[in-house]
Amino acid sequence: MTTIGVLALQGAVREHIRSIEASGAKAVEIKRTEQLDEIDGLILPGGESTTMRRLIDSYGFFTALQEFGIQGKPIFGTCAGLILLASAIEGQDQAHLELIDMKVARNAFGRQVASFEAELKIEHVAADFNAVFIRAPYVLEVGPDVEVLATYQDKIVAAKQGHYICTAFHPELTDDNRFIEYFVAIVEESKKTLAS
Amino acid sequence: MANTGTERVKRGMAEMQKGGVIMDVVNAEQAKIAEQAGAVAVMALERVPSDIRAAGGVARMAEPRITEEVMNAVSIPVMAKARIGHIVEARVLEAMGVDYIDESEVLTPADEVYHLKKSDFTVPFVCGCRNLGEAARRIGEGASMLRTKGEPGTGNIVEAVRHMRQVQSEIRQLSAMSEDEVMTFAKNIGAPYELLLQIRLDGRLPVVNFAAGGVATPADAALMMELGADGVFVGSGIFKSENPGKFAKAIVEATTHYTDYKLIGELSKGLGTAMKGIEMSTLEPSDRMQDRSE
Repeated sequence: MTTIGVLALQGAVREHIRSIEASGAKAVEIKRTEQLDEIDGLILPGGESTTMRRLIDSYGFFTALQEFGIQGKPIFGTCAGLILLASAIEGQDQAHLELIDMKVARNAFGRQVASFEAELKIEHVAADFNAVFIRAPYVLEVGPDVEVLATYQDKIVAAKQGHYICTAFHPELTDDNRFIEYFVAIVEESKKTLAS
Repeated sequence: MANTGTERVKRGMAEMQKGGVIMDVVNAEQAKIAEQAGAVAVMALERVPSDIRAAGGVARMAEPRITEEVMNAVSIPVMAKARIGHIVEARVLEAMGVDYIDESEVLTPADEVYHLKKSDFTVPFVCGCRNLGEAARRIGEGASMLRTKGEPGTGNIVEAVRHMRQVQSEIRQLSAMSEDEVMTFAKNIGAPYELLLQIRLDGRLPVVNFAAGGVATPADAALMMELGADGVFVGSGIFKSENPGKFAKAIVEATTHYTDYKLIGELSKGLGTAMKGIEMSTLEPSDRMQDRSE
């Protein structure tokens, strides 16, 4: 069975676990680096990216997460997870994991009172996806190897580079599991490739 | 078409805070220390609860300049407190763009009978609760997040433990009930019937429930997580300690790894003396903040 981990240092972990299980895969909360060996794919959940980065550093997750991705295992980042994956962050000298060639802006849609729900068209996933944006970031620019999966008001809000995907919104907060199913399919595909 | 202020967006914001620590701060400098230490949000205040207790008099919404200063200093969410039932303080905070409002018994209530109708606001609210009835009434009014009331500014965890255990135990009791018993239970605890039916099916509250009111050490924070809290508010504990930066970081790590007792032991070394604390039986009934609303 395909096993997907959710980095459980802080944030909306339970919701991702529920949606992974609803998509037919096994879900595991990841609190220790050695657990990364047991999983086929990883979700970086929504939460506070600054907080997560501090905890990632405290527990030696930084290089472990980069190595996990570099060995070909898929990673999906939502909201704070998107920020962790970006190669550049507006207004900051340093980015975090730098696994996706893109520049992002934090809290780009504004503070909490500006948080919203909207219907999106997402490539490979759905034409009518109700997306929940919470103090959400967006992607300012992407490199040549990055595929844009969705935009909202001309802002990039979902993208894919090889086995890395990211969304500025929270697919785990609704009962519509189509986006997580899409990620599960990517993980299953990579598992076959890595095994052969 | 974008919809702002929906239930999902307001409750979702609190979901993102799970497993984290929200810290009381009174200025930009403290807010930065909190952010550095890994707080998921800060609560901007004029005075921390233990100082409110010491000062006496009427405690109100913080001076807007303090809240603004904190909002400009950090990129994590900023919460602020409004008096219970004070529609205008809450509207002012919403207009200023704070990310979450705490309709809080730590401040002197503006209305001793009615809480705010929080569902009317775009900004989400957190409220205190001591039991399931109180929790359900606040959710009924539109609160998107709950916290135990505990007894703020005492550095004594006993009331927060009591309130967390009470809510959990009533949820278990409700889950075990047959549906035809729920209406009488709803009447007895003064809770909205439909909401109790939902809680009974889910086996949990529809919003996150943090611990607050008396967390003074990393072990206190871990204890509350162990008892089922989704996260922790720390008020007076941090900036009343000898080394706030170190103390704040230790509380954050103890909250994340609340079952790693060896780690919590390590984190607790050399933190200096925690706040002195107040024994409950020495508090006059009029000094009990938790009894200011129901």
